[in-house]
Amino acid sequence: MSGAVGREAVFPTRQSLGLMKNKLKGAEIGHSLLKRKSEALTKRFRDITRRIDEAKQKMGRVMQIAAFSLAEVSYAVGGDIGYQIQESAKQARFRVRTKQENISGVLLPTFESYTQEGVNDFGLTGLGKGGQQIQRCRETYARAVETLVELASLQTAFLILDEVIKVVNRRVNAIEHVIIPRTENTIKCLYRLLRVSLAQANHSEDINSELDELDREEFYRLKKVSGKKKRDVAAADAEILAARQKAEEEQAANPNAPAATATATAPAILAEEETTDVLGEQEDNDVIF
Amino acid sequence: MAASAATYKERQFLAVIGDEDSVTGLLLAGIGHVTEPPASQRNFLVVDSKTETSEIERAFQNFTQERKDIAVLLINQHIAERIRHSVDAFADPFPAVLEIPSKDHPYDPEKDSVLKRVRRLFGE
Repeated sequence: MSGAVGREAVFPTRQSLGLMKNKLKGAEIGHSLLKRKSEALTKRFRDITRRIDEAKQKMGRVMQIAAFSLAEVSYAVGGDIGYQIQESAKQARFRVRTKQENISGVLLPTFESYTQEGVNDFGLTGLGKGGQQIQRCRETYARAVETLVELASLQTAFLILDEVIKVVNRRVNAIEHVIIPRTENTIKCLYRLLRVSLAQANHSEDINSELDELDREEFYRLKKVSGKKKRDVAAADAEILAARQKAEEEQAANPNAPAATATATAPAILAEEETTDVLGEQEDNDVIF
Repeated sequence: MAASAATYKERQFLAVIGDEDSVTGLLLAGIGHVTEPPASQRNFLVVDSKTETSEIERAFQNFTQERKDIAVLLINQHIAERIRHSVDAFADPFPAVLEIPSKDHPYDPEKDSVLKRVRRLFGE
């Protein structure tokens, strides 16, 4: 087991041992909390699935009754009113609003039906005959739709809970089977390493002094590098100076003939100087850590 | 995860895809809504034997994906059967897709995509 999960990459110090111990404690607390959350959600989930099953059966009955009352309407009206109804539908009278319910930190939306007052698209439907049947049919269907809305909120809760429970269970398993064993393994390893280091270096109290020494070595190395770079820059500067002096001497020796070449070489040297200066700056940037 | 408030605050209508009797009855209950004239959209679709499956498909996509004001989509089970793959593939919590029985087709719990999941979860 311990071989399979590995251990975390930490320096063997007393400080990281303390950190690991805290982490283990935190993981255990988190595990028990998540486990409880998962149980609460699962309980709710089973309740909801049972109610969905019931509501679906109820829906079958209610819709049957509603269909029957619609058949009554077409008998009373003596014709098809479907087209008329479809054309006169303009504003929804029957609407739903959504509310939230909090189940152990999971927000479950629930639909709640309400009727928009003052909207009546079917005022003239059934004016000639069958008005009473139509009125009854509307009430029956309104009740049926209420059942449907109830079922819809159960179903939405079902879908959301299903997903949340999966996520929570995945986390519980990850903590139980990966994080806790790995942290325990790391702690074990740290103990062993610290004991070894104590045995090896009797003069040092713990492994910290060893690490400090490593730090000092690193600092010394960086200092050495920056010193070398400075020396290189100084050498380059000296070379350029020497070249310029040499050019001036040559010019002084025979001022007539190579005047053109001198004027030609001087800017070249200047340009070279500039470029080296630029290089020097870059090196300085590097040197400053 | 739980959907954010903005995704369902303005969802207040029901939509229906069904045969003529189901749609008529539900419209009588007052769920019918037509949006403002420039892009007038109905929230119901009447399906008969002549309706193309592609049209049902398009209405289903419109009600589930494009329109943001629909909270519940009611669909007759025998029509859901025609676009079963879309209904089964749709797993978002909003809008809630609800399969309802129709006059000629009694309700069969075995075909319902949600009840199928319930059954599977309990290993029946």
